[in-house]
Amino acid sequence: MSARLTRRGGSGAAAKPRRGSEDPAWVRWLLVGVCLAFAGVFLVLPLINVFGQALARGWRASVGSLAHPDTLEAFKLTAWVTAICVPVNTAFGVAAAWLVARFEFRGKALLVTLIDLPFSVSPVVTGMLFVLLFGLRGYLGAWLDARDIQVIFATPGIVLATLFVTVPFVARELIPVMQAQGSDAEQAALTLGASGWQAFWHVTLPSIKWGLLYGVILCHARAVGEFGAVAVVSGRVSGVTDTVPLRIEKLDNEYNPVAAFTLAALLALLALVTLGIKTWLEHRQQGELARAQAPMEASDEH
Amino acid sequence: MSIELKDVSKRFGPVAAVDRVSFQVGDGELVALLGPSGGGKTTVLRMIAGLEEPTEGDILVRGQRVNDVPVQRRNIGFVFQGYALFKTMSVADNIAFGLKIKKWPSAEREARVEELLRLFGLEGLGRRFPHQLSGGQRQRVAIARALAPRPSVLLLDEPFGAVDAKIRQELRDWLVRMHDELSVTTVFVTHDQEEAMEVASRIVIFSRGRLEQVGAPRVVYEEPANEFVARFIGVLNVLELRVEGGVARLNELTFPAHGVAEGQGLRIGFRPYAVQVSRNPREHRYRATLRHVYFLGVLMRLELATPSGLVVRSRITKDEFTRLGLAEGDEVSFHVREYRVLARDGDGLGPEVSAVHHAGTLGEGI
Amino acid sequence: MNGGKPSGKPGGRPRSRRVLPGFGLTLGVTLGYLGVLVLIPLGALFLKASGMGWAEFLKAAGSPRAMASYRVTFGSALLAASVNAVMGTLMAWVLVRYRFPGRRVLDALVDFPFALPTAVGGLTLANLFAAKGWLGRWLEPMGWKVAYAPAGIVVALVFIGLPFVVRSLQPVLEDIDHEVEEAAATLGAGRLRTFGQVILPTLLPSILTGFSLALARAIGEYGSVIFIAPKESEIASQLIWYRLEEYDYAGAMAIAVVMLVASFALLAGVNLAERWASRFQR
Repeated sequence: MSARLTRRGGSGAAAKPRRGSEDPAWVRWLLVGVCLAFAGVFLVLPLINVFGQALARGWRASVGSLAHPDTLEAFKLTAWVTAICVPVNTAFGVAAAWLVARFEFRGKALLVTLIDLPFSVSPVVTGMLFVLLFGLRGYLGAWLDARDIQVIFATPGIVLATLFVTVPFVARELIPVMQAQGSDAEQAALTLGASGWQAFWHVTLPSIKWGLLYGVILCHARAVGEFGAVAVVSGRVSGVTDTVPLRIEKLDNEYNPVAAFTLAALLALLALVTLGIKTWLEHRQQGELARAQAPMEASDEH
Repeated sequence: MSIELKDVSKRFGPVAAVDRVSFQVGDGELVALLGPSGGGKTTVLRMIAGLEEPTEGDILVRGQRVNDVPVQRRNIGFVFQGYALFKTMSVADNIAFGLKIKKWPSAEREARVEELLRLFGLEGLGRRFPHQLSGGQRQRVAIARALAPRPSVLLLDEPFGAVDAKIRQELRDWLVRMHDELSVTTVFVTHDQEEAMEVASRIVIFSRGRLEQVGAPRVVYEEPANEFVARFIGVLNVLELRVEGGVARLNELTFPAHGVAEGQGLRIGFRPYAVQVSRNPREHRYRATLRHVYFLGVLMRLELATPSGLVVRSRITKDEFTRLGLAEGDEVSFHVREYRVLARDGDGLGPEVSAVHHAGTLGEGI
Repeated sequence: MNGGKPSGKPGGRPRSRRVLPGFGLTLGVTLGYLGVLVLIPLGALFLKASGMGWAEFLKAAGSPRAMASYRVTFGSALLAASVNAVMGTLMAWVLVRYRFPGRRVLDALVDFPFALPTAVGGLTLANLFAAKGWLGRWLEPMGWKVAYAPAGIVVALVFIGLPFVVRSLQPVLEDIDHEVEEAAATLGAGRLRTFGQVILPTLLPSILTGFSLALARAIGEYGSVIFIAPKESEIASQLIWYRLEEYDYAGAMAIAVVMLVASFALLAGVNLAERWASRFQR
């Protein structure tokens, strides 16, 4: 760690010395050092540790540990739940963003708060909400039981809990993007004869696609990783209602660290991929924004 | 009549953004909606387009009431203030959008796009994206896109607002030329009176949601219907006078009382060009010092200060300025060739229609 | 010249935007979905809890075990959010202001706790700080027991709350005009004084927002904590879990209501903080 430590001036523009807003070199080094140490302990070491522990007994033991039928079932269940939750909440997010970003109406602030609400509900409480509603002693429990429909301790409950937890992600990403863009382009499409759907498909969707993808990525990561809410509603039946995160805990409790960490490493890899895509998307968006805002230096008026 | 508004109002809650406005736009006309910002002119334009619904009144296009016709079927071309180009589409796709929606066959569509690119000096830019264009080019793409489906009316919202001053002039000339060539009925919104005067064949003037006057640029300039128009169009010297001893007076400047009673107030206005200046301090009625000379190109603006400190603005040509041999600090004399009564005390100093009074009367009246 | 950007009038004149279609459809979808998924379950909880009666509610929500769990939950969450406020501010500052090798990787890694399933985070942190772990083997001989100790809960909560302050602060720091700092410098202010009196007040609302978000997240966190928490001190979420396992729904509900009210109060606090933060930006 002995390279230069330059102040960042403007974005690439001629790096003029900004003496008035510059910190002394020792301050910069000290602050960067403290940050890197903190990040090392809280971000880098945990990450490396996951892979280290997963491979503690060698490749073969790790891969072999994945072959357990209950583990395979856990993968299947997580895939199913994700495949349902992500599209549903994406559709909801787009509808909610259109509503919030394109119309003025009474109670809008309340609606936005409501969309954010699941963020602030503890996952265990979330799971409990559905147990109270659909569990055997819940409001709908007897009715469901009479018809032999099982929600709690079954896949539908897991799906519901995951849906609840991932409600805000897509909407939260899209609302600011759509608000910033304004509705002039859509109105222009209408004056050219486009219907509402045509304006949405041809004008809105292409211009929000990166923000949308960003929201979908975050929603996906959370849907895969949700633990508390799913734990409460799942009933933890091995090979039936265990998702991958639940399976990790079970393996850990069974003192099978290699298997637990191998699964954890797979999820960590997924998280890294998520981060990679996210960084790439941010880059793209920033590039687009910079280009859109750049002054038109090439003024070739004829 | 291409467009007709009959007693159109638009209220947002208790606020009347547009208040019982009626006017007509003839076929092929180039009309400006002019007024200070917040005057309701953009709302009027959006109502014609169908982007806004009138609270009351009727909007007719070619004699048909269109109040209930949705924006998609009004067959108008609308150019947004910020252009609202589709940034994810190329220039050619932007222009072709309306044609695709209207299901033109692709051969005709391509021919039309080519035609417009040529007409608008955008050859070779069809594959570029909006962010790769200059401000002037963006505007032309926006107009080309609006005109592509051959609308019966072209509406432009502050078309010169988003480009810098240097190319604004070019764009004005270009808009006039384009209108002459295509002769499509065009209505544009502007807050810049100079722009409206220069480009439009008729001007509709708004303030605070009300229509103040409709007329050709020359008419609204020379015969403003009321004080608002007189003050808004061009530069105006305004004096608040009081009638004393049968004449309206402010310090050394005097005008006829125009029937205003003793002790009452009177407001008059006169254009800078109506102020005649002489090098000879005794030639005209009033003496003054030439305090400042502003160079405006072919015209010079003179700022005259009377001995009592009143400031009167005059405008003369550079030739005349040279002929007179004036310089800052000179003692000069001036008189007001024509003026108009803007308001009288008796009317509560409200706006009022006034007749022009010529200098002859002024001389004799005193 | 701001030539390219539409200088439209955001929020200038009141404008009915209903010319765009889809209001009814999206309103119906949004309200219907949120109603079924969020409002009805929450309403059911409060309805059921309201049937308990005050005495029963207080007995369940105020039992010694419940009180102890609140202390652990809110105490650890406050501590963790405070650590995050300080370290998050520092990290945001360093990421925005300085260029150093590894900056972009660090910037991307800040979101790692968001992207990583919390169970994985808890698993690896517990292992890392355990007696035989990479960090635990150095810390435990010094008498610092982290894994399976109250400190472990704080460590887990610091981990999951790490991104909030950094991400709330970064855009604000990027927006700060260098000229403001230069103005302070021309007026004779030293660096420390400029930071304390010019920069920090601008950042404070966002630090507060990030702090509240981290706190809210920490209060509800469950997945990572259960891996690292000691047997003898439990967080409120764990207690709810045990109550549910015992089919003591009333007990679980009472604690859940306390937790929910605390979270909603915090959410309202965040909204107020955000409004306060934007008061100079009109």
